[in-house]
Amino acid sequence: MAPGQYSTDPKQHTLSPIVTGATVIGMKYKDGVILAADTLASYGSEARYKDVCRLKKVGEYTLLGGGGELSDFQYLSDQLDEMADEDWLNEDGCFMGPKEYSSYIGRVMYNRRSKFNPLYNQFVVVGKKKDEPAHLMYVDHQGTAFEENFVATGFGMHLGIPLLRNSWRADMSLDEAKALATKCLEVCFYRDCRAYCKIHIGVCNGTSVDISAPIPLNHFWGHGAWTEKRLEDDDPTATW
Amino acid sequence: MAGTGAGYDLSVTTFSPDGRVFQVEYAGKAVENSGTTLAICCKDGVVFAAEKFLLSKMLVPGTAKRIFPVHRRAGMSIAGMVADARQIVSRARSEATQYFNAYCEEMPSELLAERLGLFMHAYTLYWSVRPFGCTALLGCVDQETKKPSLFCIEPNGMVYKYQATAEGKGKQAAKTEIEKVLANNPELTCEQALMLVAKIIHKVHDEKDKDFELEISWICPASNYEHAQVPAEQRKAAEAEAKRILEAEQEDD
Repeated sequence: MAPGQYSTDPKQHTLSPIVTGATVIGMKYKDGVILAADTLASYGSEARYKDVCRLKKVGEYTLLGGGGELSDFQYLSDQLDEMADEDWLNEDGCFMGPKEYSSYIGRVMYNRRSKFNPLYNQFVVVGKKKDEPAHLMYVDHQGTAFEENFVATGFGMHLGIPLLRNSWRADMSLDEAKALATKCLEVCFYRDCRAYCKIHIGVCNGTSVDISAPIPLNHFWGHGAWTEKRLEDDDPTATW
Repeated sequence: MAGTGAGYDLSVTTFSPDGRVFQVEYAGKAVENSGTTLAICCKDGVVFAAEKFLLSKMLVPGTAKRIFPVHRRAGMSIAGMVADARQIVSRARSEATQYFNAYCEEMPSELLAERLGLFMHAYTLYWSVRPFGCTALLGCVDQETKKPSLFCIEPNGMVYKYQATAEGKGKQAAKTEIEKVLANNPELTCEQALMLVAKIIHKVHDEKDKDFELEISWICPASNYEHAQVPAEQRKAAEAEAKRILEAEQEDD
């Protein structure tokens, strides 16, 4: 093609993400369901945007947590906001809940992947609509969708799920659930290079959906193995 | 009424010798014959009310509404052919959504009103379509400043900005009542306006007409600055109080 000419067939299919979010943890507790995610959006290996909220309130009763490509998460969030506004326009006293939204998101993700133009995300859709049971769904860029009592995306799947399997109970209190989610994200911060030490926790309890202010995580680096000197001062080969 | 057009009223694309477009005026007749509707910009928001005629006792109450939400902070009450109005409401909703998608900010009320005026006016220009047989009272509250505003968009496409106005059968009487109310209560709040608005609608209702259901909605602090129908208990209380006062006034006369 001549210099300066735009491609007539531009690349339309995003198959590799650019700005990404890492783990999202979701778990049901006694009175509802919580979601937790750190506040980092990575640019490859660079920890570029450290104050990002990867949790989004959708409609009246639902929370969406997004890992993966941040722009796709933002795009879907805007679409869901528009759907929530149309739902509101009906003025019929009832709003779509987490089951409706997670089903819709699942369909969108599967249809996009079938066109080879995925939204490159791993979502956790949670919520509790008034007196209905709490709802927790995992949906990802391949269109995989399933309901569970607790899920984690990304590295959380490998590091967090074992902790959740050991400690999760259906009758956990809110504080216990928050503590467990925090612990999973702490472990992720220690071992996942794309994780961060500041998190948001979102709670759906049937009446309201609240996303917390950013919570800093505790992290300890004073281990003896890293702080004790092993080699003499005047050893020229000493690197530690 | 029929025949005064004398041949200049057969099409919306024809002017009469004295510069009138009769088809547009006839569209206005549909508005004049409809149930009264009014809207008031109060100190803290907007209140809409409509006299919804009940064509049958079998109608489910609360349906066949005449007041529609346009976006979170805007509502529209209709005088005239409500079926025509649904197109206008739909257009208003699209305009507001598209504006928000482009600018990430709620559409300014005067811009929305202008767009609707242009939309309704377009239907008065072509032989192949007919004008809308309805007037829309568009009331909005600005998201940042919380300032209320009210616009009246007529079948001919004219847009007027009002402090308060009424349309439909009893509009003259209603406008007079509204002027009295605002003169006495320049700092009127939406809560205070409920009873007064119910009173005006009941007062201008012609006994010869069918029974009606009072429809009120508002955008004010009580509804969290979102367009909402006034809760049933408050509406019934306002109506009961209004009827009581009207009966007392009639006894005095």
